[in-house]
Amino acid sequence: MKHTISVLVENKFGVLSRVAGLFSGRGFNIESLSVAPTLDSSTSRMTIVTRGDDAIIEQITKQLNKLIDVIKVNEFTADEEYVVREIALIKLNAEQENRAEILRMTEVFRGKVVDVSPKTYTIEVTGTENKVNAFIEMVRPLGIIEVARSGKVAMARGRKSLG
Amino acid sequence: MTQSITGAEILVKSLQKLGVDTIFGYPGGVVLPIYDELFKHPELRHVLVRHEQGAVHMADGYARATGRVGVALVTSGPGATNAVTGIATAYMDSIPMVVITGQVPTKLIGNDAFQEADIIGITRPCVKHSYLVRDVNDLARTLAEAFYIASTGKPGPVVVDVPKDVVTNQAKFEFPEKVEIRSYKPTVEGHIKQIQKLAHALAEAKKPVLYVGGGMISSNAYEELAELAKLTRSPVTLTLMGLGSFDSTNELNLGMLGMHGTFRANMAMSHTDLVVALGARFDDRVTGDLTQFAPHAKIAHVDVDPTAISKNVKCHIPVVGDLKDVMVKLLAETRAMKVDWSAKTADWLKQIAEWEAKNALTYVKKKDVIKPQFVIEEINRITKGEGIYATEVGQNQMWAAQYLTLKRPRSFITSGGLGTMGFGFPAALGAQAAFPDRVVIDIAGDGSIQMNIQELGTAMQYRLPVVIVILNNGFLGMVRQWQELFFGGRYAYTCMEAQPDFVKLAEAYGAFGKRVTRPEEVGPAIEEAIASKRTALVDCVVDREENVYPMVPAGAALTNMLLA
Repeated sequence: MKHTISVLVENKFGVLSRVAGLFSGRGFNIESLSVAPTLDSSTSRMTIVTRGDDAIIEQITKQLNKLIDVIKVNEFTADEEYVVREIALIKLNAEQENRAEILRMTEVFRGKVVDVSPKTYTIEVTGTENKVNAFIEMVRPLGIIEVARSGKVAMARGRKSLG
Repeated sequence: MTQSITGAEILVKSLQKLGVDTIFGYPGGVVLPIYDELFKHPELRHVLVRHEQGAVHMADGYARATGRVGVALVTSGPGATNAVTGIATAYMDSIPMVVITGQVPTKLIGNDAFQEADIIGITRPCVKHSYLVRDVNDLARTLAEAFYIASTGKPGPVVVDVPKDVVTNQAKFEFPEKVEIRSYKPTVEGHIKQIQKLAHALAEAKKPVLYVGGGMISSNAYEELAELAKLTRSPVTLTLMGLGSFDSTNELNLGMLGMHGTFRANMAMSHTDLVVALGARFDDRVTGDLTQFAPHAKIAHVDVDPTAISKNVKCHIPVVGDLKDVMVKLLAETRAMKVDWSAKTADWLKQIAEWEAKNALTYVKKKDVIKPQFVIEEINRITKGEGIYATEVGQNQMWAAQYLTLKRPRSFITSGGLGTMGFGFPAALGAQAAFPDRVVIDIAGDGSIQMNIQELGTAMQYRLPVVIVILNNGFLGMVRQWQELFFGGRYAYTCMEAQPDFVKLAEAYGAFGKRVTRPEEVGPAIEEAIASKRTALVDCVVDREENVYPMVPAGAALTNMLLA
């Protein structure tokens, strides 16, 4: 089962390798990972998506808490608990005959054209994994040159916060 | 205004502020400024080892024997990588230790400089925490944090990597009065509701077992353990790491459990209705087949480390907290209960006594051949359980664990988790450095002792009168035993056909050496070794193919014991 874990850590060098090592050392897989400083620049927030049964996830969250540089861990399981988003940049072949189609699809998915060249469009799409997948499938026939996807970022709904 | 001083001075001053009296180390290029500073502070004893692994094991033995943080100092590159096995050993057994490693100057880090190794990266999975100090202004605070982290919560080794320019640069010496780490707040106090639940479970249990691990020793809760066992008339079984926390001559002590545990301890674990795990972690060598482990029991587990709880065995009553705090509260709760404790467990203790009568630990004594178990019994007779006993790893370790009389905590020093051959002798030296007047014995095998035998030099230089007792069977005995039992008797590369003359070897270093081949010579040789007040080695030629029994084959149920 897929789980999303938010981790608040000290913004120091080496913290990422400790977190990553915790996963690799126990044979747990990281499906996606994103890290960036928070409002307080001395801390960073990580969002980790991983898979495992309840016992494994319990071990992972306990082990994360055990790392000295980890301040707080929050694990999301139920979809209704949290919002989760990712961003993708998709570079497409933009020949004369499909430029209009690309723009139409981008509008439908509330994407943005972030770069234009005589032969290409680069589109930015944000949303859930499913939405990004759907967009990619829609434009695939038009000729994708490359795709860059971010890890996911997640946040609890309502007043709850990681700090 | 305070004057600026060098990082090396800050380092030495900080260690003194932290109460360090002994450092085990080995100098080298990038740590020369630190050594130059140590030269000016002879009151801070530095023990020069012969190999960095030895330094870390000595710091470890010092820590295990005293309960204080052990300190090792090594240079960069090979100095640091040589220390890794020692660090991993301490990590697996949760031993408080700070290892200071030299590093190449900050501007050279990552340049494949001479004697450069990424020791922070290399040790990451086997430290509690680590620091690369990049600014001399952070040095004092970092050392204070390292000691705090090493010695609180679940103890463990902390590596502090110090680049050369950090020890030559200058800063004002400001030592923090108090360490506060916002992301590190170990749970000390056990939740009272959970402790009450545990007390009630204990009051209801007809067949309880207190299953005690190394946490009992690191949290210094052994007096409470003795009280609790006595009050509730509960039998106690110990893990390898827990040995010493409960008097082995106490009638409620069932001895060690697990792969080479006693018959009664393993039978008790398999028939109990309540396991009370106290600072133990349900290691595979203890549980055997997990599906058949304590099948009729409720499991209560007290541990300072939340990750230990329900990791291997599902726990019904978890209590997170320092064992000392929890034991004090648990004792108060149980004392307040109106339970006829002795009536409640009388049948259970009778059953255990029957198991003991049926299959007590035993071996066949011989007139002409020294049995290894007999050597341990002779050590008991001579030292009366008052010594400090270190072991190497393998058969020597298991016979020591089974047969040694241990009356006090911190008197049994062994590499339990990692199982590091070559640990015992340097660890014994560390313990002896802390307690110069106590009898310290390293129970060794002829294989293990050769892994760090170079430390005889250290022992002689610092006049550490450790007595090495080799149970010499000319084999890597435990591996040979497995080959006999599980690999059709094919002894693949377990026989060391070329052995040194251990007596001459000891004498070459200036130590006392004696070889014995007959049972009646064992006791007098050990007595003579102790009386020599010198580093000593007694080479006991023992029955070559004696096995350690009982034995639960790896992965089998605890009831599935080979008894002879």
